[in-house]
Amino acid sequence: MEDLWVGCAAGGSGDRVDAARPIVAAMVKAGKRGVLIFENLAERTLAFAQLAKRANPDAGYEPLLDEEVRPVLGDCMRHGIAIVSNFGGANPRGAAAHILRIAEELGLPRPRIAVIEGDDLSDPRGQALLRPFLPSGSTGRQFVSANVYQGAFEIADALKAGAQVVVTGRVADPSLTLGPAIAHFNWARDDCDRLAGATMAGHLLECGAQVTGGYFADPGFKNVPDLADVGYPIAEIAADGSCVITKPPGTGGLVDVRNVKEQLLYELHDPAAYLTPDVVADISGVELDQAGPDRVRMTGVRGHPRPATLKALAYFEGGWLGEAEISYSGPNAEARARLAMDIVAKRMGPRFHIRFDLIGSCSILGDDAGEMRAATGSRGLEDVRLRAAGKHDSQAEIERLLREVYSLWLCGPAGGGGVRTARRQRLSNVACLVPRELVPATCHFVS
Amino acid sequence: MNNSAATAIRLHAIAHARAGDKGNHSNISLFAYRAADYDLLVRQVTEARVAAWFATRHPTAVKRYLLPRLHGLNFVLEDVLDGGVNDSLNLDTHGKALSYRLLMLEIDVPPRFTLPQLEGPIAP
Repeated sequence: MEDLWVGCAAGGSGDRVDAARPIVAAMVKAGKRGVLIFENLAERTLAFAQLAKRANPDAGYEPLLDEEVRPVLGDCMRHGIAIVSNFGGANPRGAAAHILRIAEELGLPRPRIAVIEGDDLSDPRGQALLRPFLPSGSTGRQFVSANVYQGAFEIADALKAGAQVVVTGRVADPSLTLGPAIAHFNWARDDCDRLAGATMAGHLLECGAQVTGGYFADPGFKNVPDLADVGYPIAEIAADGSCVITKPPGTGGLVDVRNVKEQLLYELHDPAAYLTPDVVADISGVELDQAGPDRVRMTGVRGHPRPATLKALAYFEGGWLGEAEISYSGPNAEARARLAMDIVAKRMGPRFHIRFDLIGSCSILGDDAGEMRAATGSRGLEDVRLRAAGKHDSQAEIERLLREVYSLWLCGPAGGGGVRTARRQRLSNVACLVPRELVPATCHFVS
Repeated sequence: MNNSAATAIRLHAIAHARAGDKGNHSNISLFAYRAADYDLLVRQVTEARVAAWFATRHPTAVKRYLLPRLHGLNFVLEDVLDGGVNDSLNLDTHGKALSYRLLMLEIDVPPRFTLPQLEGPIAP
């Protein structure tokens, strides 16, 4: 059985949109009827998509869908390359309709588009279904949305039925890769080792360039060539579930054992039990070998039967976040920034907890309570940016914080400049497990 | 570079790392550049040392998983993200930079220990 090539042209919502063309070109040149995936949903993305859909019923799918799909839809259809993506977000049917419009505008035949649903538990029926499984005390706030992570088998069914494009809402990220592999190799639910192998291939692909040189470069220690033109990954998946990770020829970046190792463990806890809707993967015996330039082979993934439950994330309104910054530079800059910090803290009063960062001295490694900042003494730095951040249910209180930083321009230490303020509504989430038989996925073709 | 007198070095000199988040938990993977240095990491970068090193982030648990075939260690630090992506006031709500916090940890190396030959400056 011939290998299946799966290329990943996006690793999140808002990722680069010029990654697909080199992947498609590589597949066409090699004569491969591969699969192109776009991973567009991080944990928070979907809740914001639900809010966008509430404001406009036609919205709620990936805002960059047009930029992602339009440049490659024609070549994919002509060469038998299927497109599989969770860019449906909160509105998979809207995304499907958009792709039909693109095809029409490009003068292409009407693509066969399958839509996978059943993940969305945001309506009253879904909320009622979910409620018994949420941790107690988590439902005090205003409910926004909930989605359950669906798996790969419905994607496989859609491809077996001839889909040229598969649009999903929330599915587990690796399932975007596993689904096409199940369809291609005709794997069964109990082919656990193979399912687990392709799941880990999907895990390596799902963050796009993070396995081809992104999130890796450390000049002088870990050099990456031409990161500005980094190629996005292709997994060549074999019938036994093993794979080779590579990238299109002529692109920047690198695929070597070091960055594949890092990505293999990314967002993973117990290496012997990586839980997905499709299988439990065990990478404790994985071997990675440099099989050639920019080619790393992964073998030895083991699998165990899938869990009886699916993970769901429910989102609730989480009040307001306010952030404001001001810069100090030159002689005694750090002391002036620290004075500004003390002024804002005193003006806001002890009941409003503010996180302060002294950017240039102690910022993102510190904790919200400020313990690390307090332990970092003054070092006489001459370029420091003060950041104040707070959260509150009341927008008025957030506005008060922002004004206190803003007014440092006039009332604060000497030479303060570059005030920027921002506020936004926050969402908080709660994870829970739902028996899978209560939340079946559905697949239908757009007519 | 002559490092024969060095007794303590930062992990950054011999290892690389990557951080990821799930909810309020962070996982940081740590890999020796050279297979021969893996045992140094296993002996000295213990759960207790990592918990102490991240004390200001108040981990409720630190669990270490060993991956000898990859010369790697995977640390799971629970509840260190001030609520995570949705609730933290940190600019880095994901804790992406925490890998470099781990790489600042110092370990002891034997006399005449030589640092790995890394890549040096990028050619213009």
